[in-house]
Amino acid sequence: MSPHLSIWRWHLTMATSILHRVTGVGLYLGGLIVAAWAVSLASGPEAYAGFKALLGSPLGLLVMLGMTLSAFYHLGNGVRHLVWDLGHGLDVKTATASGITVFAFTIVATAAAWGVAYMVGAL
Amino acid sequence: MAEFRLPKNSRITNGKHWPAQPGSGKTRTFRIYRYDPDSGENPRWDSYEVDTSQCGPMVLDVLIHIKNTIDPTLTFRRSCREGICGSCAMNIAGRNTLACTHGHAECPGDKVAISPLPHMPVVKDLVPDLTLFYAQYASVEPWLQTETPEPQKEWRQDPKDREKLDGLYECILCACCSTSCPSYWWNPEKYLGPAALLHAYRWIIDSRDEATGHRLDELEDPFKLYRCHTIMNCAQVCPKGLNPAKAIAEVKKMLVDRVV
Repeated sequence: MSPHLSIWRWHLTMATSILHRVTGVGLYLGGLIVAAWAVSLASGPEAYAGFKALLGSPLGLLVMLGMTLSAFYHLGNGVRHLVWDLGHGLDVKTATASGITVFAFTIVATAAAWGVAYMVGAL
Repeated sequence: MAEFRLPKNSRITNGKHWPAQPGSGKTRTFRIYRYDPDSGENPRWDSYEVDTSQCGPMVLDVLIHIKNTIDPTLTFRRSCREGICGSCAMNIAGRNTLACTHGHAECPGDKVAISPLPHMPVVKDLVPDLTLFYAQYASVEPWLQTETPEPQKEWRQDPKDREKLDGLYECILCACCSTSCPSYWWNPEKYLGPAALLHAYRWIIDSRDEATGHRLDELEDPFKLYRCHTIMNCAQVCPKGLNPAKAIAEVKKMLVDRVV
């Protein structure tokens, strides 16, 4: 069999596609964090305080940052897919430009969300 | 299923280095995939230092130069040398294209890697086995199907309807698109691939064809059509500038339209 992934020089559209899949799986696993949060809430103040401390730890914050990035990326790219499904924006130039737009949206939206979280004292 | 690593007998070893002949001018190194099924050995990367002032501007010119003056055992397909036959489709510097229309000066990087079309069985060196690819093309029944009695002269078509075939009929079946597609890499037996689907669409929207419903029925399948995830490698690499991803999206739209 001839070589494939190991020799391929990636296009941006290929990266946005696999990132959509990766962030989708990540968000699915992130659902477990939400479930754990609900379980800790139901298990009383001590368990909840422990869970909060865990999320507030540097590792916890890093995971939450990853979750925020994933959520906004998946949202933005999901809209991109909806537009494609309507038959628009499928030429190479537009698809590349919309991919860059989704990356920009992800970073701006994540920064905004964390900014708001900081201002209301959630951090 | 997705197998990211090459099978054991396909992993590539380092092969022979062919230094430039003494007295050469400016040279460039080409790393070329070599595989000889008769040797029983794994494929290897051979590297050739080529004096690019001694050959034409295209990658195909380099390959022919190597075969003529350095290593006559190098095997590759070529015919028209002007981008209309599709024979010399291969992976050049990480992207699928036609060797005859791709200039070696356009290739980025120091060394230029050349390998067969990706994720395909290899017959020898740069020659892939396209049997499955052609069978998939045949499966979309790429001919005019009609029920009305044949007219006395030709089947007539409005110029507007004829225009709908632009961007589709130009496909030369070089297989650059299908073998660039990760979905096709992971499901070659079940997913038809961009080339066959572009041709399916070419007949679906042909105003003279009367088998549209049957053609759409054939594609309504979780794998044949819907493995396209709009990765867009097909449109990115097509040496004729066509857009199979767009054609596939149009087929998906037609399948939705007929149920709503």
